[in-house]
Amino acid sequence: MLYIKCPYCGYRSQNEFAYGGDATVKRPELNKEVTDKEWDNFVYLRKSPRGKHLELWHHVSGCRQWIKVLRDTNTHEIFNTYKSEDKVET
Amino acid sequence: MQKYSVLSLIKNAFSSHKDWEVAWKDQDPKKEYDVVIIGGGGHGLATAYYLAKEHKITNIAVIEKGWIGGGNIGRNTTIIRSNYMHDENALFYEKGMELWRSMSQDLNFNIMFSPRGIINLAHSDAQMNAYARRGNSMKLNGIDAVLLNREEVKNKVPILDFSDNVRFPIFGGLMQPSAGTARHDAVAWGYARQADSMGVDIVQHCEVTGFDISNGKIKGIKTSRGDIKAKKVGLCVAGSTSILADMLNMTLPIETHLLQACVSEPIKPLLDHVVTFGAGHFYCSQSDKGEMVMGGDLDGYNSYAQRGNLPTLQHVLTEGIAMFPFLSKLKMLRTWGGIMDMSMDGSPIIDKTHIQGLYLNCGWCYGGFKATPASGFTFAHTIAQDKVHELNAGFRLDRFSTGHLIDEKGLGTKTWIS
Repeated sequence: MLYIKCPYCGYRSQNEFAYGGDATVKRPELNKEVTDKEWDNFVYLRKSPRGKHLELWHHVSGCRQWIKVLRDTNTHEIFNTYKSEDKVET
Repeated sequence: MQKYSVLSLIKNAFSSHKDWEVAWKDQDPKKEYDVVIIGGGGHGLATAYYLAKEHKITNIAVIEKGWIGGGNIGRNTTIIRSNYMHDENALFYEKGMELWRSMSQDLNFNIMFSPRGIINLAHSDAQMNAYARRGNSMKLNGIDAVLLNREEVKNKVPILDFSDNVRFPIFGGLMQPSAGTARHDAVAWGYARQADSMGVDIVQHCEVTGFDISNGKIKGIKTSRGDIKAKKVGLCVAGSTSILADMLNMTLPIETHLLQACVSEPIKPLLDHVVTFGAGHFYCSQSDKGEMVMGGDLDGYNSYAQRGNLPTLQHVLTEGIAMFPFLSKLKMLRTWGGIMDMSMDGSPIIDKTHIQGLYLNCGWCYGGFKATPASGFTFAHTIAQDKVHELNAGFRLDRFSTGHLIDEKGLGTKTWIS
């Protein structure tokens, strides 16, 4: 069982959260011509690293906020959690 | 190679079974090969076998970080089927069914293929319609499919919950009678033994640490046991694909996720078929030892851990108990996890890459085991001929950017949602 520290609610059980995937993926900018390659990168291509992974989680059965979690995909250790608007160096 | 038969069994009984030849040799890596296959699982060993058998290329090494058969070929729920709707998948997996049926004879190794049939349960009229459509598509591709009504399902699997007050009543199901199960380890061992006998080197405990590429062409690989030159290199590493892709500066349309399975204590024969829940994700069959073999959803977050977490197991087994109430009385014998290469449309990738001489086999999602022979067969063709076989022509790496997706389930790119 993962215990995830929601920046708003504190430590809560994994059961209250829904996963949202890689948080480093950026949507191509609005109001700009987007190439097929840029769409491909955004929609389909993922680094899927073994080790540190910055990811989105949704505290869906709690405060309903989206948060960022820095987690190790090999050991499941959670290093830190952030608000969705926080800039995180990885 | 010593042939396995009743006679060889009797002969060896006289020497107290002490004189059997080893089934395959644990080789040290040579300096150079025509083809190096990275990954000594089912797909890698099958690829080596078909390269040697069909294409007469025998100067091959299968490089395995751990031991052969220790990855997903030893961690699956042994289900074999071809009940797909889209042509690319249906024809590919049906080729697999053909190879499964003759595999014990071809490999001279009893893989215990048991075509006991798979039943996908339907829990609404709409689902029955969807299954009728899928069954018709299967028949058009020459695959056996039978639409069962509620009474027919009840006759075949009376142990299911047919009471009136269930949340997801059983309306019927779609059956593929020729589907079934096989002994998973035997598949790896059978392919390894035959490949070895044709001159393939099986190199275990040898981790790939890098690639030697010059002018866009593969020259060899770097490993924990030294550099190995190779004219061609094939990747068959399932959940570890993204790690090797990173060494190649490639980003792939796959994510690695964790999938659990479990078996109960053994009980007397009770379940004659493979049965899947239609209102969630749970499947169950009974092994020859009598254990109920069960599986379901991914743990739901990127993971390379090969071990699972309890919330998902609880969720999956809740579905199981909704289907088979008796399961709640059984003790759990074992649970385990494996790491899946989840592709963004749920279908695999078997293709060439932008690097000449480097070939990619990945994206097997939940269903790598049943694909083992067809994957090896088509990947061997792709490597030997340097062009895709017609059966894997749809499993292109660039189908995501060109929009030719094969999204069997219609799930989209959130691979962890099921």
